[in-house]
Amino acid sequence: MTINETQDEIIEEFELFDDWEGKYEYIIDLGKKLAPFKEEFKTEDHIIKGCQSRVWLHAELNGDKVVFTADSDAIIVKGLISMLVKVLSGHTPEEIIQADLYFMERVGLQQHLAQTRSNGLASMLKQMKTYALAFSALKN
Amino acid sequence: MMTTTSAINFDIERIRADFPILDQEVNGRKLVYFDNAATTQKPVAVIEALMNYYRGYNANIHRGIHTLAEKATADFEASRRAVRDFLNAPSAEEIIFTSGTTMGINLVAQTYGRHFLRAGDEIIISGLEHHSNIVPWQMLAGEKGLTVRAIPVLENGELDMETYDSLLSDRTKIVAVNHASNSLGTVNPVKEIIAKAHAVGAVVLVDGAQASSHLEIDVQDLDVDFYAFSAHKLYGPTGIGALYGKRALLEAMPPYMGGGEMIKEVTFEKTTFNDLPYKFEAGTPNIADVVALKAALDYINAIGKSNISAYETHLLNYATEQVGQMDGIRIIGQAKEKISVLSFVLEGIHHQDIGIILDQQGIAVRTGHHCTQPVMDRFCILGTTRASFAIYNTIEEIDKLVAGLHRVKKLMA
Repeated sequence: MTINETQDEIIEEFELFDDWEGKYEYIIDLGKKLAPFKEEFKTEDHIIKGCQSRVWLHAELNGDKVVFTADSDAIIVKGLISMLVKVLSGHTPEEIIQADLYFMERVGLQQHLAQTRSNGLASMLKQMKTYALAFSALKN
Repeated sequence: MMTTTSAINFDIERIRADFPILDQEVNGRKLVYFDNAATTQKPVAVIEALMNYYRGYNANIHRGIHTLAEKATADFEASRRAVRDFLNAPSAEEIIFTSGTTMGINLVAQTYGRHFLRAGDEIIISGLEHHSNIVPWQMLAGEKGLTVRAIPVLENGELDMETYDSLLSDRTKIVAVNHASNSLGTVNPVKEIIAKAHAVGAVVLVDGAQASSHLEIDVQDLDVDFYAFSAHKLYGPTGIGALYGKRALLEAMPPYMGGGEMIKEVTFEKTTFNDLPYKFEAGTPNIADVVALKAALDYINAIGKSNISAYETHLLNYATEQVGQMDGIRIIGQAKEKISVLSFVLEGIHHQDIGIILDQQGIAVRTGHHCTQPVMDRFCILGTTRASFAIYNTIEEIDKLVAGLHRVKKLMA
């Protein structure tokens, strides 16, 4: 599935919810189901500090694809992370660098990427792209 | 609505009508604004004072001889006298307008502190301080080789006054504490802190950012040397505040910034500085916000501080009882005397998640460390959820908070 196909799938899933509660229930559920993050990666190197919550991000190259794993101490952020990982993980560095992430806005969660949220999510997205850039540079 | 407040001489509906911002929906629900310790909303009188100034008599003050300048100057100085009365300061010359509490503290650190402290001297702060009353002293200490010590915080959120006694010595030159804590609500025994500091020859700065809208402030009764507060936390505009300082100290201190207004005569050889308070007010001041600050003080005075604190205590007690009896709640800060701040953690749920779900229900609270990381470290937590109440909040709104928290628990279960 391409990055945009995954984004479109998420947008479709969110169309099922007609109120905020259903939407957040789903995000919380995604957070709970996020694949466990290796404890050995919960280090200062992997932490993205926000004013509110902490996010850990790890990236590695599997063949020519970048695989992301992540975690947070706040469950809603964890759910949002899970979506970002689902969209971007398993793609080549070039695809990730060029990705235009429109799904957050389309499902009405754009405010969580705003700087005022100080939750590390915007920084996490930036960090994901930075990893992709670094892997791309390594390859060339 | 509960009527128990009628005994406190408080017409809540009329007060709410004075704050136009409250009449709106957030995420489809009527706004419940419980982030008052961060900033309070503004009554029509304050908004109009700002508008009237810019529409009617905006002019630079003090030097103009035209009518608008005279009117602007008169209102500017009337506001200074209103601050003097608000703090019961001996004279208006001891009131310096600042951009807020933070600037007031920095001004004292950088003038009094820099001029009078020597390597080896000590500054005592407390474990309840906002970063604004920690960092300026650390910066000064780093520059001059001073030591900063902190009065520890007890389990109930009060200061450990016994340890304070043992921290005081002839090396103590400045004691800087808040009147009330922004993260826990604790009202500190500042009068006792000041008397003990004076006994060893130290001067005391009190950070009044949180106390000024809730408690009677009498700088003469406290015998405090410096008292700083911000207008925006007492229904006034942002970007303006005041610093009270005892005349003898202010006169002995060098100026903070150089520029216009703070000088008497300037030649390239020598500049003589202006008298108080202008010595500390370089440049064109924030005239509009100073004028509107008076409108905020007038508004508070018309309601009366005792009515305000009685009503807010009523809100705090109700909220403490209702939130406190929920399963898994731990209230952080249970001092005997508190301003209307309720800080808590909900077992197993991150404060940010609580904030997001409450926001979805139109309820504005603050979550995080509240710029008081040492307080969070003291209680071994990363942050709290904080609901802080003002004169326009109601019992009904607290019920909404409790219902909102139950919904958080249900969603997170």
